[in-house]
Amino acid sequence: MSALLKVSHLNAGFGMTPILFDVDLELGTGELVALIGANGAGKSTLLGALSGLVRLFGGTVRFADRMVTGLRPERIVASGLVHVPQGRRLFGTMTVERNLLLGAYRRHDRQVHEDLERILHYFPALGDKLDRDAGNLSGGEQQMVAIGRGLMARPKLLMIDEPSLGLAPNLVDRVMEIVKTINKDGTAVLLVEQDVVLALDIADRGYVLENGRIVMSGPAAELRRDPAVRKAYLGV
Amino acid sequence: MSLLAVRDVSKRFGGVNALAAVTFTVDQGDVLGIIGPNGAGKTTLLNCISGLYRPDTGDIAWEAETISGMAPYRIARLGIGRTFQIVRPFPSMTVRENTAMGALFGRPHGRLQPGAALAEADEVLDLVGLGEKRHYPVLRLTVPDRKRLEVARALAMQPRLLLLDEVMAGLNHVEVEQALEMVRRVRESGVTIVLIEHVMKVIVGICNRALVLNFGRTLVEGPPAEVLKDRRVIEAYLGERYARSQEPPSDAPPKVVGNQHHPRMGESNEE
Repeated sequence: MSALLKVSHLNAGFGMTPILFDVDLELGTGELVALIGANGAGKSTLLGALSGLVRLFGGTVRFADRMVTGLRPERIVASGLVHVPQGRRLFGTMTVERNLLLGAYRRHDRQVHEDLERILHYFPALGDKLDRDAGNLSGGEQQMVAIGRGLMARPKLLMIDEPSLGLAPNLVDRVMEIVKTINKDGTAVLLVEQDVVLALDIADRGYVLENGRIVMSGPAAELRRDPAVRKAYLGV
Repeated sequence: MSLLAVRDVSKRFGGVNALAAVTFTVDQGDVLGIIGPNGAGKTTLLNCISGLYRPDTGDIAWEAETISGMAPYRIARLGIGRTFQIVRPFPSMTVRENTAMGALFGRPHGRLQPGAALAEADEVLDLVGLGEKRHYPVLRLTVPDRKRLEVARALAMQPRLLLLDEVMAGLNHVEVEQALEMVRRVRESGVTIVLIEHVMKVIVGICNRALVLNFGRTLVEGPPAEVLKDRRVIEAYLGERYARSQEPPSDAPPKVVGNQHHPRMGESNEE
């Protein structure tokens, strides 16, 4: 079976400045893949390039048996490749419900409200907060809304950028557990996470990005044991 | 006499008690860590101290003089510097120019001349480890460096008390170690520190006291090692995974740093 996502020789950047160099990456249906690397390595830029927000200088992106290289972001979302950006990026003065429904703005099917129910099943804490302004929620709840909004687009692949950012330890646990559950329920996940232990703990495979290049990849368990990874990201 | 005394401070937003009768003191040389769940009132507390909010009740005293209700710039000039969770440098300026702003406008005794402010900025940038990047446009800085710049801008005001709001968020383990070194240097330069962090490595690594807020109230206060073992803190904030990772290993090899300080996937953390 062919890969769900196949990125080949991707080069991308901002303005004239290249950030990513010759990136190759593959992800299969139902896989949970971690993308790790230091701050500034280009992880968020790569997610942006895949979702059409960052300009490609070269290379191809194949997703769900179609070329999506250079497509506009909304077309990419419609194809099932969905991005949950770093820092949640919610509409703070809109209600939680409207934020969630916005995730489905490209959809015209009748199952949108069923999906809303499904999301409240993942995030019961949001159930009685649907009419609250998203900006008034705590950081953990906001992260749940951001992931929920992504799910409302019915992704085949959900790209999540640093879900643990600014969360209390017990909420980090909680959010990671939810990411894992979403994956088990059939959605492939590409996870960017600063906490490398955490990311490799729930991932099937991982890629290591350094200075805009993929320098290593392999099963998550192997990367966790790798001396170079441990030294660079775990400080041991 | 305490440097800072917070007494019975409460702050309400609509129907929410963001802070309810919070009391604590900070002494010269302290590094006080404030921890607690998201939404517990930690940033609200810093906002009350730095004058962005006026407490509804209670009093905040700086060297025995009331400062609650004073304008933020006046509190800053008294010697209380702070950083913000969301960094907002001036995008059109260099790292050095951004830092000089603190020296230009935040000093107690009138403004510095621009040249003197830039010289002051250079000194502070060396302290936070940005010396070599002083001429960078700020947009070229990575996340860890932007956090350093945020600290530099506050330090350029020569504060005696520095309030740090999550300067380690979004950093990986190695970057946290480097940031911790920077905070240690700041402490050694004689600055008293109050910091908010979710990274327990920071709380045990540098704080001499920890204060846990939960629903706007003080849940526990004490030495970090004791506070982090407290059942109430584990239940409200740390999670069971963290608690288990802290238990002495039976005969296990030395544990990975991340396992100790970054708990994962606890099972009993329903809200």
